[in-house]
Amino acid sequence: MSLFDSVGNYVRQSQIWGSVFRHGVPRDRRTRAMAVLSNVFLHLHPVAVRKSGIRLSFTWCMGGLTFFLFLAETITGVLLMFYYRPVVEYAYADIIGLRAHVTLGLLREIHRWGAHAMVIAIWLHMLRVFLTGSYKPPREFNWSVGVILLVLTLLLSFTGYLLPWDQLAIWAITVGSNMARATPVLGHEGPGAAMMFVGEVPLIHAGSDARFLLLGGTAVGPGALLRFYVLHCIFIPLVAAVLIALHFWRVRKDGAISGPL
Amino acid sequence: MTTSIHSVFAAAESGISDTIKDTLNALSVPEYFVSITVVLLIIGLLTYRQWTRPMVAVTLSLLFIAFYVWSALDENFFKIITKPDNIPITMMIVFTALVTWVAFRQAAINDARLEKGEPLIESGADDKVLVWPDLVYTELIAMVLCTVVLVVWAIVLKAPLEPPANPTNIPNPSKAPWYFLGLQELLVYFDPWIAGVLLPSLIIVGLIALPFIDKNPRGNGYYTFKQRPFVISTFMFGWMIMWIVLIVLGTFLRGPNWNIFGPYETWDPHRPAALLNINISDVFWVITPDWLGFEWWKPGLPTKAALGGYMPAFLIREAPGIVLLSGYFFVLPVLLAKTIFRKIYHEIGFTRFCVFWLLMSWMFIVPIKMVLRWMFNLKYFVAVTEYFVNI
Ligand code: HEM
Repeated sequence: MSLFDSVGNYVRQSQIWGSVFRHGVPRDRRTRAMAVLSNVFLHLHPVAVRKSGIRLSFTWCMGGLTFFLFLAETITGVLLMFYYRPVVEYAYADIIGLRAHVTLGLLREIHRWGAHAMVIAIWLHMLRVFLTGSYKPPREFNWSVGVILLVLTLLLSFTGYLLPWDQLAIWAITVGSNMARATPVLGHEGPGAAMMFVGEVPLIHAGSDARFLLLGGTAVGPGALLRFYVLHCIFIPLVAAVLIALHFWRVRKDGAISGPL
Repeated sequence: MTTSIHSVFAAAESGISDTIKDTLNALSVPEYFVSITVVLLIIGLLTYRQWTRPMVAVTLSLLFIAFYVWSALDENFFKIITKPDNIPITMMIVFTALVTWVAFRQAAINDARLEKGEPLIESGADDKVLVWPDLVYTELIAMVLCTVVLVVWAIVLKAPLEPPANPTNIPNPSKAPWYFLGLQELLVYFDPWIAGVLLPSLIIVGLIALPFIDKNPRGNGYYTFKQRPFVISTFMFGWMIMWIVLIVLGTFLRGPNWNIFGPYETWDPHRPAALLNINISDVFWVITPDWLGFEWWKPGLPTKAALGGYMPAFLIREAPGIVLLSGYFFVLPVLLAKTIFRKIYHEIGFTRFCVFWLLMSWMFIVPIKMVLRWMFNLKYFVAVTEYFVNI
């Protein structure tokens, strides 16, 4: 027995190791199953999957990559939050500062490219689920959860786009959020809004419509920056994390990765 | 002597490449760009067994790479594809092409095997493997590779940062983030309440509804095209044309004033953007009577209410468009359910068919309106500008 092995054994027999990992070394079928089942993160997986299902050519690993990118975004995002203040006076300067003064100034790059990559990965994941017909029973519900995740991912990207507070940011968000103006009934330029009156007072105008709710103002300004920041850093990621957990749980409950019946 | 040969050669070469560039520039207008890609999609779906053969696929990709590299030598093309936020689009094109090939290749193999009654690539449901170690390690490797790619990408390419936000300085063109450019492109044809609110909502609803409408039990859990050609073709039309192609069009080809600029053209902000658009009401009330020249039918839009004021003028004015759209939304599905969609109707029943038609009709009103715009300059089917209800 080499020194390496004996140290390994010593560590694994210690009380500390045993208190963290409840199973033996994953070397046989039982302990390997235990390794997955007794770990809160791993047990989101099924214990066993179809051999054909985990081939790269079947899933393209796209669901997993989407999740990994979500994690990478979370980690780099939290680090960015240490430096960035969502206030019009500081936001742009903080982004410059990140590039100029912060060690490992790659954070913002990783965060931005990761966001783009996540959008691509989630589309391709959806494409593969569609093309393998994996949305068919019993997986209809998980497909629906996926669609919501897709919307959340796009919203995450969209809300993050504003935060650097440069020309690219405010005008892209202006173009995007202008759509809310035209929401039927709820936007002040949308069909039906002109019919919403209480007595003589119009209910829906530029200062009360869907776009105002989104931006916290009539234009992309300080209110919008704060709202987008909160949505981007707290609200959407939390909802997405919960839904991803649900998504994985259902992959497992629906019989692991799909295959011919 | 040699120099002159060289220069003749160079001139001829640049002559050829200029001709190609001019042609491609001319083909970049949506009329051609969208139509050509639709034709390519149809050909691709019909010949999926041919183009997925490795040799053909490799040849096609080499041609594509050669095209991209040759194009990148052009200053304008290079400028547009290397904008930092446009890099993902090139990646999207490459990855989409790659996985589409992987999927249709396996579909072709599976379909051939199904015909011969052989087991599928994915068959053998019993040979399950444990997640630890088989999957967990695959995941670990994928994670490491992905990290490496991200870090290298981050080192090589700086994240874009433009001058600080300035609410008084509107850039021309103002573009939404790239993944929404397909929707922004629709603004050319539809009012914001349709392009920006209704259609996105219907895309979401439609995707959620898909598993409940598609009752075909075959093709569950493996790649195939033959067993569900209709659903796959429809989805691929939505995915490839209405999403990917429109994004490419919006990012690479739309310039100042939302004009179309070929990939090898300079963005000239002074090109005028004049278009005379007409509505169905104009066609019916002005152009047709004008053309017929009857004594008793004078051209002109109706401006007076009728039925003692109960029927406002705009309803009379827009009646032709309303009739047309009602036919499309409510009569056409009945006809289709009795003819080419007969089988679908019997398979999925009345309620599902209604939802199916709601989604299909809105998806296909987009290309229909595009074609009518290109051919006849049609602006609105129904234009009740008074109430912002323009379709
Ligand atoms: C944050 C977003 C998402 C994450 C992290 C995620 C992750 C995953 C993972 C890891 C799997 C296992 C198989 C695989 O990798 O392909 C999976 C399966 C699945 N996903 Fe997603 N997904 C996401 C979004 C979506 C979307 C947008 C859809 C569809 C609209 C979707 C529908 C499904 C379905 C139906 C399955 C089961 C497929 C099967 O069993 O073969 N997911 N997802």
